[in-house]
Amino acid sequence: MKMIAKEELSLKERMARMKVVEGSYAVAHAVKCCSPDVISAYPITPQTHIVEHLSQFVADGELDSEFLTVDSEFSAMSSLVGASAAGARCYSSTTSQGLALMWEVLYNASGMRLPIVMTVANRALSAPLNIWNDQQDSVGARDSGWIQLYAEDVQEAADAIPQAYKIAEDPEILTPVMVCMDGFILTHVYEPVELLSQEEVDRFLPPYRPKHILDPENPKTFGAFADPSYFTELRYMQWDAHRRALKKIEAVAVEFAEQFGRWYGGLIDTYHAEDAEVMIVTMGSVIGTIKDCIDDMRSEGLKVGLVKIRSYRPFPTEALRKALKDAEVIAVIEKDVTVGNEGALLTDLKAALYNTPTRIPVIGFPAGLGGRDITIRDIRRVVDKAIAARDRGIEAEMEFLSLREDLL
Amino acid sequence: MEKFLAPGHRACAGCSMPTVINLVLDAAGPNTIVATPTGCIEVTTTPYPESAWRVPWIHSLFENAAAVASGIEAALKHFGKNHNVFVIAGDGSTLDIGMGCISGMFDRGHNVKYVCYDNEAYMNTGVQRSSSTPPCTSTTTTPSGKISFGNPRPKKDMPAIAVAHRVPYVATASVAYPVDLRRKVKRAISIPGPAYIQVNAPCITGWSFEAGTTVEIARLAVETCLWPLYEYVNGELVGVKKIHVKRPVEDYLKAQGRYRHLFRMKGGEEMIRVLQQMADDNARKFGLLYEGDLTCTSEE
Ligand SMILES: Cc1ncc(C[n+]2csc(CCOP(=O)(O)OP(=O)(O)O)c2C)c(N)n1
Ligand code: SF4
Repeated sequence: MKMIAKEELSLKERMARMKVVEGSYAVAHAVKCCSPDVISAYPITPQTHIVEHLSQFVADGELDSEFLTVDSEFSAMSSLVGASAAGARCYSSTTSQGLALMWEVLYNASGMRLPIVMTVANRALSAPLNIWNDQQDSVGARDSGWIQLYAEDVQEAADAIPQAYKIAEDPEILTPVMVCMDGFILTHVYEPVELLSQEEVDRFLPPYRPKHILDPENPKTFGAFADPSYFTELRYMQWDAHRRALKKIEAVAVEFAEQFGRWYGGLIDTYHAEDAEVMIVTMGSVIGTIKDCIDDMRSEGLKVGLVKIRSYRPFPTEALRKALKDAEVIAVIEKDVTVGNEGALLTDLKAALYNTPTRIPVIGFPAGLGGRDITIRDIRRVVDKAIAARDRGIEAEMEFLSLREDLL
Repeated sequence: MEKFLAPGHRACAGCSMPTVINLVLDAAGPNTIVATPTGCIEVTTTPYPESAWRVPWIHSLFENAAAVASGIEAALKHFGKNHNVFVIAGDGSTLDIGMGCISGMFDRGHNVKYVCYDNEAYMNTGVQRSSSTPPCTSTTTTPSGKISFGNPRPKKDMPAIAVAHRVPYVATASVAYPVDLRRKVKRAISIPGPAYIQVNAPCITGWSFEAGTTVEIARLAVETCLWPLYEYVNGELVGVKKIHVKRPVEDYLKAQGRYRHLFRMKGGEEMIRVLQQMADDNARKFGLLYEGDLTCTSEE
């Protein structure tokens, strides 16, 4: 792990800044520091606390934003399309069914190149109705043209907000960003967090100065319809912006680390990866559990390492190829499943390795669906299975982790 | 009159919609931003990389123009900018799929002026029924047939829904009454908060009438009392356009292909009587006739 801290603070200074706050509060506070002009959101568990905290900031005069209490998530994202086109820095947050209700508008926001930032408090999609955490919602929106960053803990979820604006608003990128954090596990947990300060964020994030806006002085048409002779090129430009975002995401992460002294990886991060034979690939809050487990296994002499996906879209193909090239087996743990195929990350990862000389077993485990805990024992089971796949060949390419056979 | 919609757009020859847009924007002036949902307007005025719009304009989806406009208005408010924000939308996006967003926009009291050009069906997808389609209208999803007189349901009363939301200014208008329409747009702008204006806007393709008679058809809708012209301010009916000579509904129906079946089918007269009753009810409800005025008989 890389630690960059140019502006070193003493441990004491750092401790003084730490506050034990709810994850949602830390995120709302980070949003406040980015001074969005328009916030539009609709309550849905486990995202609700974020917008409640933001509403309170506005009510207390601590945040000068237009806060729209809209009629639905569909209206939330729609109104931000309008506000962003009018030149506003915009924020929303949602989850699960709310994100699904936004689906149509997500494509509009990215297609019109509107740099909206949104927190997704990851939650399962019904049916059956379930309010707990998995990542099916944002993974389901992976093709909507939004950049997707996944956070490992509360501090990272909060710190990702100013980074997200910096990436989204870059004139070379102009693409909306979703910051995904696991619902409840991160939104409702109380952790010691270093809250961002306004001055620091102001130094990090310049004011948003859009070039193209709805302005009667200089009338422009947004959202025209494009026939087959133009459509492909417009999609290409969007796709190309994501390609540029690969570098931008890394650069912004470095910049953030230099100023704030906190590093979470660029596109990916690794843990004990250098000499690892068994490599686990995953994203989100389960990483904490996996790191603990790796510490245990390492002390037992097992060469296990971790690759954390921080940017799922754009997909960090090159970074993954590099990080995984010396592994002997790869196990993907992911909180989603593509019904009818396999885990989305598993497919993406295998595809990334296909045209390389790396020909090692890659197996996948949908886990933690609908809020089920992923335990240290689960991780050990994954590692056992990975070793078996390496030594005796792949038995099952994908397997639901800790499936309760008694219920089937 | 200044035309904010440039010529060269691709609306059908004889379409009333470009006229509605130009009248609305002429009244609103250049300091105006327009949001439009999917429909004939968007498709005929903005084929990339061209645009017929001389004011800033945005299209996002079929159902969210009111929400998009809400966001524009909120942003302008935040920046202390003072531009008119308009939605110009078809009846399908307004009365059907966009209803939730519109209700939200009304409810939040955004200073957005919503103009629905009502051509009484989904024209862009090929003349399917909307909830603004009047009874007995033949559309491609409510066609007349051996056992059908066309659309079986009454027209949804959107202005009443707007009034029920306590929208400060609600009016109906017609492309055949440009002075009245312009005045209403100006009045809508002068009253802070949301406004709703529903404009009768004949569609040559969907209604099937002779090119060149667009305005005549629209005038007949008013003169038969099928399309009453009225305005509400703060929930009070403050004005109606009185009719000098009330025409029988046949005059209006006969001029359009979408009602042809009523004159051919057995039982068609009964349906025409129902439509006449609707017109008479409008005349009474809104006081459209001068006292002592008589209904004239058909010209034929
Ligand atoms: C969610 C969604 N459903 C359906 C459509 C297809 N569609 C596009 S325009 C339209 C009808 C538009 O009718 P209206 O609002 O009355 O406007 P007009 O075309 O008559 O001007 C429909 C059904 C769509 N674009 N989006
Ligand atoms: S189909 Fe009707 S509403 Fe659409 S452009 Fe043609 S005449 Fe106008």
